Amino acid sequence: MSTAAVHSLWTIAADPIPRIDAPKIEYGQLSPVLIVVGAAIVGMLIEAFVPRRARYYAQVFVSVVALCASFAAVVALAAQGYGTTKAHIAAMGAVAVDGPALFLQGTILLAALVGLFTFAERRLDPAAHGNRVDSFAAQASSVPGSDSEKAAVKAGLTTTEVFPLLLFAVAGLLVFPAANDLLALFVALEVLSLPLYLLCALARRRRLMSQEAAVKYFLLGAFASAFTLFGIALLYGYAGSVSYAAIAQVVDGNVPHITPALANTMGNDALLLIGAAMVVMGLLFKVGAVPFHMWTPDVYQGAPTPVTGFMAAATKVAAFGALLRLLYVVLPGMRWDWRPVMWAVAIVTMLVGAIVAITQTDIKRLLAYSSIAHAGFILAGVIATSRDGVSSVLFYLAAYSFVTIGAFAVVTLVRDAGGEATHLSGWAGLGRRSPLVAAVFAVFLLAFAGIPLTSGFTGKFAVFRAAAEGGAVPLVVIGVIASAVAAFFYIRVIVLMFFSEPRPEGPTVAVPSPLTMAAIAVGVVATVVLGVAPQYFLDLANQAGVFVR
Amino acid sequence: MSFPLLTATAALPAVGAVATAAVPAARRTAAKWLALAFSLGTLALAATILVRFDPGGARYQLTESHSWIAAFGVRYELGVDGIAVALIGLTALLVPFVMLAGWHDADPLETGSRRWRPTQGFFALILALEAMVILSFEATDVFLFYIFFEAMLIPLYFLIGGFGDRAHERGEKAASTQRSYAAVKFLLYNLAGGLIMLAAVIGLYVVAGSFSLTEIAQARADGSLRMATGVERWLFLGFFFAFAVKAPLWPLHTWLPNAMQESTAPVAVLITAVVDKVGTFAMLRFCLQLFPEASTWATPVVLVLALISIIYGALLAVGQRDIKRLIAYASISHFGFIIMGIFAMTSQGQSGATLYMVNHGLSTAVLMLIAGFLISRRGSRLIADYGGVQKVAPVLAGTFLIGSLATLSLPGLAPFVSEFLVLVGTFTRYPAIGIAATLGIVLAALYTLVLYQRTMTGPVRKEVSAMPDLRVRELVVVAPLIVLLIFLGVYPKPVTDIVNPAVQQTMSDVHQTDPKPEVEAAK
Repeated sequence: MSTAAVHSLWTIAADPIPRIDAPKIEYGQLSPVLIVVGAAIVGMLIEAFVPRRARYYAQVFVSVVALCASFAAVVALAAQGYGTTKAHIAAMGAVAVDGPALFLQGTILLAALVGLFTFAERRLDPAAHGNRVDSFAAQASSVPGSDSEKAAVKAGLTTTEVFPLLLFAVAGLLVFPAANDLLALFVALEVLSLPLYLLCALARRRRLMSQEAAVKYFLLGAFASAFTLFGIALLYGYAGSVSYAAIAQVVDGNVPHITPALANTMGNDALLLIGAAMVVMGLLFKVGAVPFHMWTPDVYQGAPTPVTGFMAAATKVAAFGALLRLLYVVLPGMRWDWRPVMWAVAIVTMLVGAIVAITQTDIKRLLAYSSIAHAGFILAGVIATSRDGVSSVLFYLAAYSFVTIGAFAVVTLVRDAGGEATHLSGWAGLGRRSPLVAAVFAVFLLAFAGIPLTSGFTGKFAVFRAAAEGGAVPLVVIGVIASAVAAFFYIRVIVLMFFSEPRPEGPTVAVPSPLTMAAIAVGVVATVVLGVAPQYFLDLANQAGVFVR
Repeated sequence: MSFPLLTATAALPAVGAVATAAVPAARRTAAKWLALAFSLGTLALAATILVRFDPGGARYQLTESHSWIAAFGVRYELGVDGIAVALIGLTALLVPFVMLAGWHDADPLETGSRRWRPTQGFFALILALEAMVILSFEATDVFLFYIFFEAMLIPLYFLIGGFGDRAHERGEKAASTQRSYAAVKFLLYNLAGGLIMLAAVIGLYVVAGSFSLTEIAQARADGSLRMATGVERWLFLGFFFAFAVKAPLWPLHTWLPNAMQESTAPVAVLITAVVDKVGTFAMLRFCLQLFPEASTWATPVVLVLALISIIYGALLAVGQRDIKRLIAYASISHFGFIIMGIFAMTSQGQSGATLYMVNHGLSTAVLMLIAGFLISRRGSRLIADYGGVQKVAPVLAGTFLIGSLATLSLPGLAPFVSEFLVLVGTFTRYPAIGIAATLGIVLAALYTLVLYQRTMTGPVRKEVSAMPDLRVRELVVVAPLIVLLIFLGVYPKPVTDIVNPAVQQTMSDVHQTDPKPEVEAAK
């Protein structure tokens, strides 16, 4: 920094402090987020003040009401035209209220609601000491296997904190795809991540594995956050602003006014390239794209299954939303720089996800690798850089999230003495013993595999079509080949369920409460409707396919 | 609005599938009769299509068109030409017989939960498969066709993997491993083919901006849609690959012997007589119409592959020890003839190929179903385990002989006419290939007659000495099919009348005319 610049810093600091105007906040347009945050705070108060017996019901009630109200607010905003004609940037440029944001927020809220049902399930595990138990540890702080843990179980303690944690995560997820400046993006990233790290550690069974998963997720997530933050700093150095619009302007070559302190760095392309790469890296980590996917299988396997389902669906939706906005709003000017890189990432992600999944023997790990492969397919749509690309990705995300939550909800049903029987060998002959559950799971697997008449096919077709129209034909061909490979391991599970003899000591299928049934039913209905009559939802996604700038 | 006959023909079995699947576990027999009733209803509707179809009329008749997924430009467009009518007729005709033949194939053994309902599942899956096959014959929208082309794999996959021959000597465990291997192999081959086609379908949309077969074909004919040569060839290959897997054409055929060997005889009939026909049908309807130049370009290679299929399939059939595998390889040989007829690009060849699709369906059904009856009596698929059956079960042996003779295209039986047309059609344009293909007929005589001789003649083996002859139910299955084989062998005009105008249309799509007869040309 030159001496003149330093001097200007001094002189600016010496001036009398100007009066700071109160920021203009459009509370109505931010209401979906505010409702969820408010409910999360209420949930914390419930933990503090409501008697233990009533907490579960109070928490579930508050959470359901909050998510429904928030969803209603999103629908109301969309109905008023904020998704299309009235789309604009609220909260002093920090949060966008536009089509993609509202569409993804709606998807996240529905996924969270369905996920919440699986969180609240208390019929699957046998009652311990006369108390109904859910999937979460009796007391998170007690050491696994210790006396204090046994005492906590005996006392019938439950971790009802999971509901406010879920709501905080949802609040972060809602802001993530709508964030319109880099700081809001980072704050949302942390708000969504921290509760998820905690939730991952809370499994009732196999607690050590769960805690290990949480630590892994936390360490790698912190690493990714650090990358993002560093990238944000570099981008600020490049553009002199953290606002998406301002950065985009500088990328396009119009520097409005040079901040004196940044006179030497602004417009330096090295900062832009490195900074953008680092921010994108952080987002690709959340998406689970290769080579930032290492956490996915371990975390998916170790986390309590309801959390896995929620995380797999909602985090992916939000992270892809943020990635889309970053690439389409901030970095369209450097499309020729990031497209080759994203091509490579998409190809590697599709192939690694599909090929490594073949060797998996645990159903949760298998679904984890499948989610990696799907991230690759979605990236193919992201690369299209067209309105069709955006809307196809939006549709794919909505379709994928319901299949995912439904599939993980089915995983919670198949149990043996040690809890969920996630090893694939236990699933042999499931179709003989519980034809309905096996058939439902087969529907989800076929949707993952992209068989026609399921939502998976519609989504895959939309994404590949957008990619082909965007000129990425080789990507489509590789995607198709990866789909064929991926089909193999989905089919393998179906073979196992229907064509293998059941093991005599195999796991049984627990009869769930209406909560989990509702989650699974929503998944099946969404899978079939989005596969057979997707027109309405495609239109919706198409309308929502334009980012506000 | 007129009655949507084509939709109804496909919807009826679909409804039947749901209804059959919903029958309670204990009411197995009711489920069977219900499924049979639905399949007969479908047959009646298919017959109505046949009556209402006017061979001299418009190219696609009984058309229906509704908006479906506007965002993709996909319409629900149905329409039938003569070729489709013939194949819908074949499908609707075979399904009731297949159900009757497999009447007891899916009765539950003893284990399983109360809710395990294999019988209901078996019949429901057959109906679901029928619905999808019929829709894929009717669809004139490429996307719509693709959806059912792919979706039909799922019911068939469960039919192959879930139901096998009873009381087989290898024991249930080994059999079920073999079976699921066959089912997975079938699905992966066809899924891979279908996904390659998906890339081509997307490519076609990017190039043509529409999925409508009639629109694209029209635009291609009047020159408003031009494709670069390279693009057209790649798209053609994408489509052709999927159809060649399904048909199946050498060297993509290896799933068929496994699938047919491991599935029950009725399911094997569905595979080879019905589902595989979608592949050859789609070559005629989609490859030739959408990509005429590329089809002409690919003709030499396809013909050579077809020729290899004919001879290779026949040679391997000669060497088989397993009855069902033998029939599978014979089918590969016959599919070679069909594909050769299609790509010979003569009207005789294509008429013959279409006729062959129908006739092969009938003859294979007879042969395979009787082989199934035979196998269920003895509990073995190995040819060496039989001998002298004609002395114990003369009716069974007699009908089996007719099926065998039909397979080797004896004059007087239906396949002869079609095989003759294919060979003549090929010879007029490609004499060398036509001559080489006749080798297939010679080999066909070898493998069918050797099969008959080893199983039916000779001294009566101890194990077959108590073998009962065909039962009434089994006769009801076989007799009408044999009558049809003889009828169409003597008088094929009803089918050729329906098929010929469509074939002429296809020929003009690919800008081909029949070569002039040599004598006339010499004048």
